[in-house]
Amino acid sequence: MSNTTTEMTLDLEAKRLSVVEPGTRVDVQGDMSDEERVEKAMTNFAKDFGRVTATYMEACIHCGACAHACPFYKASGNPRHTPIWKIEPFKQAYKREAGPLAFFYKAFNLKPKVTVDELKEWQELLYDTCTLCGRCTLICPMSIDIATLVGMARHGMFHAGLVPHELYTVTEKAQREGSPLGATPQVFEDRVEWMGDEHEVEMHMNEDQADVLVLMSSIEIQKYPESMAATAKILNQMGKTWTFRTDGYEATNFGMLSGNTGWQKEMSMKVIDTAEKIGAKLVILPECGHAYQALRWQGANMYGKPLPFKVQHISEFLADAVDSGSLKLKTVNKTVAFHDPCQVSRRGGATSAPRKVLEALGVKLIESKSGGSMNTCCGGGGGVITIHRADTLRYKVMGAKFRQLGETGAEMMVTSCSNCRQNFDDSGEKLNWDKQMNSLLELVADNLVEEAEK
Amino acid sequence: MTLLDFARGPAMQIAIIIFVVGIVWRLVGVWGLRQKKDLSEARSKGAWVGGLKGLFAHAWPYKPFVPSVGTQYIVGYVIHLGLFIVLFFGTPHMLFFADIVGFTWWTLPGGVITFVAVITTVALFIALAKRLTNPVQRLISNFDDYATWFVTTLPFVTGLATNANLWPDYETGLAIHLLSVWLLLIYFPFGKLMHSFWFVVSRYTTGSRFARRGGMA
Ligand code: HEM
Ligand code: SF4
Ligand code: SF4
Repeated sequence: MSNTTTEMTLDLEAKRLSVVEPGTRVDVQGDMSDEERVEKAMTNFAKDFGRVTATYMEACIHCGACAHACPFYKASGNPRHTPIWKIEPFKQAYKREAGPLAFFYKAFNLKPKVTVDELKEWQELLYDTCTLCGRCTLICPMSIDIATLVGMARHGMFHAGLVPHELYTVTEKAQREGSPLGATPQVFEDRVEWMGDEHEVEMHMNEDQADVLVLMSSIEIQKYPESMAATAKILNQMGKTWTFRTDGYEATNFGMLSGNTGWQKEMSMKVIDTAEKIGAKLVILPECGHAYQALRWQGANMYGKPLPFKVQHISEFLADAVDSGSLKLKTVNKTVAFHDPCQVSRRGGATSAPRKVLEALGVKLIESKSGGSMNTCCGGGGGVITIHRADTLRYKVMGAKFRQLGETGAEMMVTSCSNCRQNFDDSGEKLNWDKQMNSLLELVADNLVEEAEK
Repeated sequence: MTLLDFARGPAMQIAIIIFVVGIVWRLVGVWGLRQKKDLSEARSKGAWVGGLKGLFAHAWPYKPFVPSVGTQYIVGYVIHLGLFIVLFFGTPHMLFFADIVGFTWWTLPGGVITFVAVITTVALFIALAKRLTNPVQRLISNFDDYATWFVTTLPFVTGLATNANLWPDYETGLAIHLLSVWLLLIYFPFGKLMHSFWFVVSRYTTGSRFARRGGMA
C-alpha cells in the first residue's frame, strides 16, 4: 500500500533524524474489489445488530468521557483513540441500515455509506489500539460495553480482508496447524514430555478418560513451558485424574481475536469435543485472559447449548483448592502487587480468585491505585501484542502500567495471564524495568507443602 | 388565529403526537430486534439486581475517574436538575400542566426559577464551549449533538426573555417560547435526547450482563 515518494517532509525535531512518520500503512488480504470489501463488511456487521448492540449504539451521548479510561488514549492523547470513535463505521452502518430511523438517515443521507477508505483508516483503531479491556465501560455514563462492540466490528473487518497482517497470519496458522505460534500437537507432546523429565513430574497425555482436561496456551507451550510442569505437579498432588490431549489443547482463540466467528467456533469445538469424548467434568484454562473469555463466556454460545462440563481459569481452580484445604501452601514472605488480566477480572468476574490464592501464600498484597476490577490494561491483549506497528504505543501504555505498579512499592509482581506476562517481559526489556513479572501458578507450584511434609 | 392561538392549539397537538409516536417507534424499533440467549453458565443468579445497581452505579464516576470527569458530571447535573426544576416547579409551567392533568402542586417563587434558569443556561453554554474546544468531543460530535443543544437551550433563552418582558410584543414572545418547546418535543425522538430513555435500558443491560458473570461494569 505504500509508494516511494520524495515528497515527505524531514523531521528535524526528533532525536533520530528521518522524515516525518508517514501515515499508518494499511494491511489488506485477498484480492477483492473495494465494493466487495465494503459489502462483506456490511453483511458481517449486520449479523451483529441485535437488541443489545442496538441499545448501546443508540445510547451514546457523545460526552467523550470514555477517552479518559482508555489506556491507549491516555498514552497517545490522540482524540482518534477515543473508545466510542473506534466503532464509528460500525455505528454508522447500524444507523444507516438497521436502526429504527434508518429510512430517515438514508433519505436525507445524514449517515453516509461506509467506504473502503474509512474501513482502512479504522483498521488501526479496531486492532492496534484496543485490547477489548472494557475499562471504558466503567466510566461511561450510559455504561456502554464498547469492548464487545469493537469485537463485533472486527467480524466485518476480517471478512473484508482488512486485518493487520501479523494477526491474520497467526490466526490462519492457528486454523491450519491448531496453534497460532507453532505449538503443533507434536511440538506440544514433545514439550510436555520434556517438562515431565526436567521437573520429574508425572505427565498425563492422551488419557482416554479423565475428570479434568487441562488446556495450555501456545504462549506457555513455547515460552513458559514451566506452566505445564506446575499444573501437573499441583493436579498430581491433589490426586486428580487429569490429562492433556493432543486433539484439544490450545486455549487461545485467534478466531475470536481477529474477528472470524466461523474459525472461533471451530477452535472452541476442538476443545469442547475433546472434553466430551473423555468425559471431563472440568476443563481448566491456563493463565490466559482471552481464553477465559472464549471458553468460559462464549464457549456455550459457540456450541449452541450449555456446556456439559465446568470451565475454570487456573486461578479459580487454585482458589477453590486452597479454600477447601486440598492444597496447602508454604508462606512466602514478600510484598506483592497483582496485575489483573482484564478478561479474567473485570470482564470475567474472577477478581477474587487470585486474591484468595495470594492470601493462602501469606504474602502482603498491595493493591495498585486503580486495581482489581478497575485495573488498567497492560496494552498487550486483544491481539495487539502481535502487531508490530502498534509497538510504540504499546510500550507507552506499559510505561504507565510500570509507574502504577511501581507506586505500590511491592517487592514482587504477579499476574495470571501469560499474554500479559510476555508483554511485561518484552516491554520490561525495552524500557529497562527493574522488576520481573511472575506467574501466580508457578508461585503456587513452587510453594506446595509436599505430602511428606504435611 | 394569532401566533399564540396556533402555539397553544394545533402546534401543540402536532408536537405531542410526534413526540409520543416517535418515542414509541424508536424504542420498539430496538426492542423488536432479535437477541440470542446467552447460554454460558451464570456465575450468580439474580442478574437483574446487578441491572438495577447499574442504574445507580453510573450516576457518578468511580473514584479513579473523578479527577478527569467529575467537573463534567457536575455541569451535567446542573443542566438536568435545572431543566427539571424549571419545567415542573415554575408556576406558569405548573399551571400549564395543571390544565391538562387537572390538579395543581407546589411551586418555587419566580425569582428562584429565574435564577435557576440563568444558571442552567450558563451551564448549557459551558457544555457547548467544551464540546467546541475539547478535541475529543469535537471529533466525536455530529449534527445531532449541536441540534440537541440548540433545541434544549432555546426554550431557556426564550423563556427568560418572556419572563423579563424583553419581546416587543408579549403575546408573540410567549408564543415563540411555546413553539421553541414544541420544537424540542418534535426533535426529541430523532436525536440523542432519547438518552433519557436509553440510559435506563443501557445501564440495566450492562449491569445485568456483568452481574451474571460476576464482573464489573
Ligand atoms: C432522565 C434521565 C436523564 C439522564 C440520566 C441524562 C443523562 C445525561 C448525561 C450523562 C449527559 C452527558 C453529560 C456530559 O456531557 O457529561 C447528558 C447530556 C445532555 N442531556 Fe441528559 N439525561 C436525562 C434526561 C434529559 C432530558 C429530559 C433532557 C432534555 C429535554 C436532557 C438534555 C441533555 C442535553 C441537552 C445534554 C447535552 C449537553 C452537551 O451538549 O454536552 N437530558 N444527559
Ligand atoms: S462515555 Fe459513553 S456516552 Fe460518553 S461518548 Fe463514550 S460511549 Fe458515548
Ligand atoms: S476496551 Fe480498553 S482499549 Fe478498548 S477502547 Fe475501551 S478502554 Fe480502550
